Amino acid sequence: MAKNKTRPPILDDYIPIVGEDTIDELRLLASRLKGKRIQHINSTRVGGGVAEMLTRVIPLMRELGVDIGWDVIEGSPEFYNVTKKFHNALHGRADVIVDRDFDIYLETAKKYNKNTKITGDIVFVHDPQPIALIQNKRRMKDTKWIWRCHVDVSSPNERVWDFLATFVEGYNASIFSSPKFTRPLKTPQFLICPAIDPLSDKNKPLSQQKINSVLSKYGINKNKPIVSQVSRYDYLKDPAGVVEAFKMVKKYVDAQLVLIGNSAADDPEGAKVLKEVRQKAKGLADVHLLLIPPEHNDIEVNALQRASSVIIQKSLKEGFALTVTEALWKEKPVVASAVGGIPLQIKSKYSGLLCHCIEGAALMMRQFLHNPEFSKRLAHNGKMHIQRNFLITRLMREHMLLALSLFNKGDIISL
Amino acid sequence: MVNKKKKNPFYFRTHIELRESTGLKARNARELVNILKDVSGSVIYYHTHVFLQQHQFLSPEPPNAFAYWVKHFLGEDILAERLSSIDIYQFSTIRALREKLIEVIEGHLFSAKEIRNSPPGKEFDFTKSQSFVLPTSYTAYNLVEMVEALKKVTIRSIDFHIFNVRLRLEKGINDFSNWIDTSLGYPELASKIETFDPYTYTLEGLRQNIISIIKNSPEWKREHGKK
Repeated sequence: MAKNKTRPPILDDYIPIVGEDTIDELRLLASRLKGKRIQHINSTRVGGGVAEMLTRVIPLMRELGVDIGWDVIEGSPEFYNVTKKFHNALHGRADVIVDRDFDIYLETAKKYNKNTKITGDIVFVHDPQPIALIQNKRRMKDTKWIWRCHVDVSSPNERVWDFLATFVEGYNASIFSSPKFTRPLKTPQFLICPAIDPLSDKNKPLSQQKINSVLSKYGINKNKPIVSQVSRYDYLKDPAGVVEAFKMVKKYVDAQLVLIGNSAADDPEGAKVLKEVRQKAKGLADVHLLLIPPEHNDIEVNALQRASSVIIQKSLKEGFALTVTEALWKEKPVVASAVGGIPLQIKSKYSGLLCHCIEGAALMMRQFLHNPEFSKRLAHNGKMHIQRNFLITRLMREHMLLALSLFNKGDIISL
Repeated sequence: MVNKKKKNPFYFRTHIELRESTGLKARNARELVNILKDVSGSVIYYHTHVFLQQHQFLSPEPPNAFAYWVKHFLGEDILAERLSSIDIYQFSTIRALREKLIEVIEGHLFSAKEIRNSPPGKEFDFTKSQSFVLPTSYTAYNLVEMVEALKKVTIRSIDFHIFNVRLRLEKGINDFSNWIDTSLGYPELASKIETFDPYTYTLEGLRQNIISIIKNSPEWKREHGKK
């Protein structure tokens, strides 16, 4: 662990977690990329999973000696309203998309194509917002272009997907988090899962004192088992279903339910969902519906996850579900819906329990709460699975492998 | 002479895989077998070894991914057991392994009364992998150095020298046995390592077992002058 709290983690800090060989492998891969510049481009420098990931990855890659940069495109609020609609449409939500939306998108694309300087030999473009940057490919023939899709596009609004696919197929390759998220495309589709940083505020070890102080702040009893779900108040995360399941648990176990969400003040739908959940939980003892301010979010979520006896993720639809990754990393027994990227993280009865309905979720929570040894075994397996497959060092490794694969053909490549 | 250095050292290497979707999906055993006939060898290798690599800590009996899918998403327990009990170590080429997989599934289909489909969204996704082979800093000139290195290398290195070279690179023998026989001149010890079934161990268990076989061998005792 870093001794100086203010110093960002360096590669050596990861050795006790992933082993020296893993770091040596990263150094070797980085050496093979000498002379190549990597550029990441997305739509925001703060907020959201992509920015969070790049904030951690870029300095570590630089420490490895990789020539790497990160740029963001600029767009108007109108543009981001459209891309939000696109995002929902790609998830299969039935938002109304009109011709004007496509016009707004293309007008902004024209501007960011003009204003964004392409400096990489290998350019990673994240998500739909900057996807039209591929129009630069015609004048930059030696540049390799990769589109990183962080969204589950397995059952998208076809009109939006068809519009985006014209750009996607211009890329040399695309990346999806799961084979379930892929689409029929003419270009290669690589499979790279997201990852968590074990040394970030959200995941680093915390003292019991810190954990207790967070419990105390939110009036949570530290001596009573805690079942928690971390997610924004969103219908797709099914917080009402979690309350229903908890009612069934509460009949047999004197536990507490903690729903941990971000501040929903600027999200009309979030506020509506929270109101409905409050209504559902009315009269039910030991239910805590939290809204954590963004400035305290990471450490407090970390503390609440660490204080939990069981962590649930009863989503109806998911992307990769990094909240599950975080819970497993903290060696917690996890009950989660078999949707999105969750089955990649949990093999039921080995590294957690997968549920398909409210009643099943309730039963599994009781199984964990009643069987500490069973919980401990699955939680340990879950942590090992995350350590092996879903930490930031693996993500860095695969990004470098992908960059190398664009210059090396064949099933087996000696480096 | 103890720990005499040989001319040809064992260079430990490791490998890392990059996964790529083929875009091919099977909903039932018939589609599974039809696709299996055409996919590249790297797809067969990936799906028969992915459990070893990703879930090695879970179980000493990691089934191949075909068996897992047939059991959990088609509910075909008998076919699943037949697939998982294919003795992969008996195959020295992916072509031969592919033929065996096809034979088992077609045998099942021949007598099947119904073809079961997986639920929507639970289709079998065919994935291929590109393998990047890297050097490591570990080298061994004798059994003592080999054991020391075996304790330290990553399990991906063990995976490479036992499984990858034997089947994917089609050398027909694992690297450790090959080197112990040809460079150290210990054919009996080489044979002991070559003939145990590595597919019924976790990769960590495999590491321990190879070390144990070496340390309990007369050749090890001779090198130490303990016999």
